Amino acid sequence: MSTAFSAAKFSTQPFSTISHDSPLVFAKPTSQFFGSTRKLRLTSSSKFNLSRRSGTVVAVSDYVKQKTSKSTTSLLITKEEGLELYEDMVFGRAFEDMCAQMYYRGKMFGFVHLYNGQEAVSTGFIKLLKQQDSVVSTYRDHVHALSKGVPARAVMSELFGKTTGCCRGQGGSMHMFSREHNLLGGFAFIGEGIPIATGAAFTSKYKREVLKEADCDHVTLAFFGDGTCNNGQFFECLNMAALWKLPIVFVVENNLWAIGMSHSRATSDPQIYKKGPAFGMPGIHVDGMDVLKVREVAKEAIGRARRGEGPTLVECETYRFRGHSLADPDELRDPAEKDHYAARDPIRALKKYLIENSLASEAELKAIDKKIDEVVEDAVEFADESPIPARSQLLENVFADPRGFGIGPDGRYRCEDPKFTEGTARV
Amino acid sequence: MLGVVRQKMLGQSFPKIRPAVSVLRSYSSAAKQMTVREALNSALDEEMSADPKVFLMGEEVGEYQGAYKISKGLLEKYGPERVRDTPITEAVFAGIGVGTAYYGLKPVVEFMTFNFSMQAIDHIINSAAKSNYMSAGQMSVPIVFRGPNGAAAGVGAQHSQCYAAWYASCPGLKVLTPYSSEDARGMLKAAIRDPDPVVFLENELLYGEPFPVSDEVLDSSFCLPIGKAKIERVGRDVTITAFSKMVGHALKAAEILEKDGIDAEVINLRSIRPLDRSAINASVRKTNRLITVEEGFPQHGVGAEICASVVEESFAYLDAPVERIAGADIPMPYAANLERMAVPQVEDIVRAAKRACYRSVPLAAAA
Repeated sequence: MSTAFSAAKFSTQPFSTISHDSPLVFAKPTSQFFGSTRKLRLTSSSKFNLSRRSGTVVAVSDYVKQKTSKSTTSLLITKEEGLELYEDMVFGRAFEDMCAQMYYRGKMFGFVHLYNGQEAVSTGFIKLLKQQDSVVSTYRDHVHALSKGVPARAVMSELFGKTTGCCRGQGGSMHMFSREHNLLGGFAFIGEGIPIATGAAFTSKYKREVLKEADCDHVTLAFFGDGTCNNGQFFECLNMAALWKLPIVFVVENNLWAIGMSHSRATSDPQIYKKGPAFGMPGIHVDGMDVLKVREVAKEAIGRARRGEGPTLVECETYRFRGHSLADPDELRDPAEKDHYAARDPIRALKKYLIENSLASEAELKAIDKKIDEVVEDAVEFADESPIPARSQLLENVFADPRGFGIGPDGRYRCEDPKFTEGTARV
Repeated sequence: MLGVVRQKMLGQSFPKIRPAVSVLRSYSSAAKQMTVREALNSALDEEMSADPKVFLMGEEVGEYQGAYKISKGLLEKYGPERVRDTPITEAVFAGIGVGTAYYGLKPVVEFMTFNFSMQAIDHIINSAAKSNYMSAGQMSVPIVFRGPNGAAAGVGAQHSQCYAAWYASCPGLKVLTPYSSEDARGMLKAAIRDPDPVVFLENELLYGEPFPVSDEVLDSSFCLPIGKAKIERVGRDVTITAFSKMVGHALKAAEILEKDGIDAEVINLRSIRPLDRSAINASVRKTNRLITVEEGFPQHGVGAEICASVVEESFAYLDAPVERIAGADIPMPYAANLERMAVPQVEDIVRAAKRACYRSVPLAAAA
């Protein structure tokens, strides 16, 4: 049944499309990507609303308007935040570089997909989350794990296949899981993590509505790439998340290439953010090489989800400096394109911003670099010295409970309790 | 069919009288009749009321009362947050189920038939079955995938496949195939309580069939152990293993064989993964002859696994080659007579049992 569209109930959710002209200074966009200025109207009712129209999204968000109206030189971050972001991005970069070294020395094996160049997206989003919020990723998940708080030692050991890894060496590069940090993987199939993320978001809503944990406002982030956006599961999830108004943010890391398939060759309409409004959620495009812009957009999207206003689709235009994986010769990408994005290295850009705005000195940043190098080296040493899994570990963890229906309060398998009814079965 | 006739008789005028056709089933106390549909419905109802984390998700489970009316009345009782109608997106609602299971909720994901589970098979195998292993025990997945499996009547090739063998070959899954109402009730409750992913393969043609159930079965804490088969009929001469609908056929075949002096032991497997190898082998060591019956495709089927297990463990005890009776090695035809030929019938089981006992009637050339 469609509810009547009550004018008093709509909330405008326009978002900005930020121009590329001056990367780090917030300004009103000089070009508008679409003609319509119709604002996206959403009712707060949870019933399905047939008259909900997905308008194209435009104009500058109220939040940004406030910021720029105060003063054009107001800074987006404090010193502490700036240093935190810098450290996280350098951590990701240094770790991935070390992975490449270890791979070529034979300590790491199989499929390893590195995240160099995309750090702004991971840092920009994940550093805004609480511990209980969830992150679901793809096979390019090392840096998501690190940003979420999984220790470098645990990740490196996992990559080396040692028993001290975050998944005891049973997962590997592509399957990073951490219950403690709510990192839900690590999936090799593209598009596979998006429904899992949708389920995690559903849990948050279920806990609030059915299990009556009133303050459960956990948000889920689903990271995936441009290639995934042509996969059926992506669209199905956009539909379900918008239909059930789930607290999730779909983050597209559009690095323009799916192994050797360029995004424009694979996609009928390459502007991914437009696919959000088609399903009834806002779609935003942001420069993914600029951590501050990503962070601003992330704040809004995560805030929306936390307030219960539903999902958001964020397309981050970013780039991976290395090949798809360490086995990829990376011959198809134009060197000029690589240079163009290398010039927009997010770490260098943030460093420049911090120094120009007197938020940090060269020396402080160098100290962070050094500290990170030490952390990464320590992780490698730890992983090197860790033992490989014991033979007995081979058959473990297939089932949470191999005998069936759990362990009773006395600590024994329930099905072995003689009082546990076995019905009329003659066994 | 026998089941349908019996139901009509009982439904109209004899609600509590035992079936006129004698069936050798052992039950401990006097019988109340319950259809498999009622058994599943009551099991779901009781589990959902006992644990607020259990919820049902699938196509038509809510307002339509269930595509086969299994979830009748649940929407009214538990509300739309716990009985969720979904769009036609098997891949995604299976994946959503796994995502919620990571966080300790207990989803029951219904596939309208297991043929549609192929759209979601990536999530059943790659995320549900493998997660506990890949995460080294951090993410367990207490999910149940249930729905009708196998051939119905005249529904054609794409709606008739049996998936027991496919899912049972995958480590990390538990695969259950109930036959009677007692099986359905006990095993669905066990599956929902189990902390691991369970594939629960029902059968559409059994939904309406009534079975006698004792008071023990009706108790709300009744559960059957996963991984244990049931000896439906004790015998001495030949072992017949079957699951789901084929158990009924095997029991009828056993009656016919009895008249010919062959005392067949019928095992209702109940659990395909883990397979109750010890029960099967113990039975074979007693009778020395084995026939496996299944509805699915013959190659790499459940019967092949049972045969291998018996040959490995009880080779010296076999007096005749193990025979597998399975569906025909073809996509299911539509025409009624062809469909009958493509699925094992009682006569096939009788003939095979006689062959195993070296007392067969010569066959015409097998198709």
